[in-house]
Amino acid sequence: MLTVLGAYSWVNIKFLLEGAWVTILVSVCSIVLSYIFGVILGVTRYVQIKYLSAIVGFVIDIIRNLPLILIIFFTYFGLPHLGFKPDPIWASVIAMAVFEAAMVAEIVRAGIASIPTGQMEGARANGLSYWQALWYIVLPQAIRNMIPAIVSQFISLVKDTSLATIIVLPDLMNHAQIIYGQNTNYTIPMFLALAVMYFIVCYSLSLFSKYLEKRIGGGNKKGKADEVVQDASDA
Amino acid sequence: MISIFQNYGGELLTGLGQTLLCSIIALIFALIIGSAFAIMETMPNKFARVVARVYIEVFRNIPLLVITMFFYVVIPMYIVKISGFASGTVGLTLYSSAFIAETVRSGIQSVDPGQMEGARSTGLSYWQSMRYIILPQAFRYVIPPLGNQFINLVKNSSVLAFVAGFDLMYQANVIASDSLQSMSTYMCVGVLYLILTLPLSYYMRHLEKKLA
Repeated sequence: MLTVLGAYSWVNIKFLLEGAWVTILVSVCSIVLSYIFGVILGVTRYVQIKYLSAIVGFVIDIIRNLPLILIIFFTYFGLPHLGFKPDPIWASVIAMAVFEAAMVAEIVRAGIASIPTGQMEGARANGLSYWQALWYIVLPQAIRNMIPAIVSQFISLVKDTSLATIIVLPDLMNHAQIIYGQNTNYTIPMFLALAVMYFIVCYSLSLFSKYLEKRIGGGNKKGKADEVVQDASDA
Repeated sequence: MISIFQNYGGELLTGLGQTLLCSIIALIFALIIGSAFAIMETMPNKFARVVARVYIEVFRNIPLLVITMFFYVVIPMYIVKISGFASGTVGLTLYSSAFIAETVRSGIQSVDPGQMEGARSTGLSYWQSMRYIILPQAFRYVIPPLGNQFINLVKNSSVLAFVAGFDLMYQANVIASDSLQSMSTYMCVGVLYLILTLPLSYYMRHLEKKLA
């Protein structure tokens, strides 16, 4: 029993926390990047610019339907062939940002499409240009509807950073593997620690999403928000 | 790219087969387990609801890789020797079942409560009304999101590569290190994954539009 408790010695906990820091760093960077690019791509896809929207839509569909591990490999082992050699942290940030931006873009498109066309027509009738109407009238409402879906997408992003251990990203998963690789008695305690740490981060994010949903999505919009969540069901 | 298909066609096909096999097994069991927990979550019994809630939240908020590695590392160490393919499939099943449970639950709850009351008042028992009245309607609502879950499941099956499950992703790494053409190997494998997921994804979008 004592040997098992030894798994939670300060050295190990510190090592795990260092891993958790990398996980959070990669998650936050890719969340910010994927949100920015996701909104841009989603709007581009929605507004029907000749050829461009169709091409963007096609690329988004392709990226969304590929496994994330494949994209991570592609960035880490494929990009050097194109003359750019990222380290594991950059490779995982790029891979996650590309993949999640495609996911977010789809949520944004669905979110904009869920706003009744009367909103756009009314705004245009009031003299706003198409882009003004989109920016001031449609997008704010759409983003309000999308929040739960986007947050749950970010929850899966946090979970998915664990996949980057395959390119030896020194994240939480990787550090836990190093610890139980040195002492097999620590295997179960390490998995417990992993589960608890990921659970705390992801579950508090999902509580946050529920709070936002109540606070911002509120009342009559709830049905819509649920719909978008379903459309963009994450995993 | 074509040379990869020519030289390593056999490996790629085996990988594709394993990926499909794993996805289908995981889908069937995840559907069964997920629906069971979804029904539990909508039951009047508080204990059942709590159990279902805990199960769903636990498996939804822990990375698939952690679950899979648990079955790959811990179970063989203490309980029973299982292959990488089996541990991957079990992990994938449990992980997906939580998402499917969420989806099916939202389907059940979107059925008008009057349907249950009506069914009960015509003399059906709780389980009969669930089976004959509520679930058939609920499943019609959730077919598009369930399809999306299946697409996710196929993509997530690539986690088998971590546990030597001989799936498509695993073969990709083997081929890439053997042929030293990582770029074109991953492209080939990407095309194979897209063959599995893209048609399904377009069909689900079509269904969504039709049902909406």
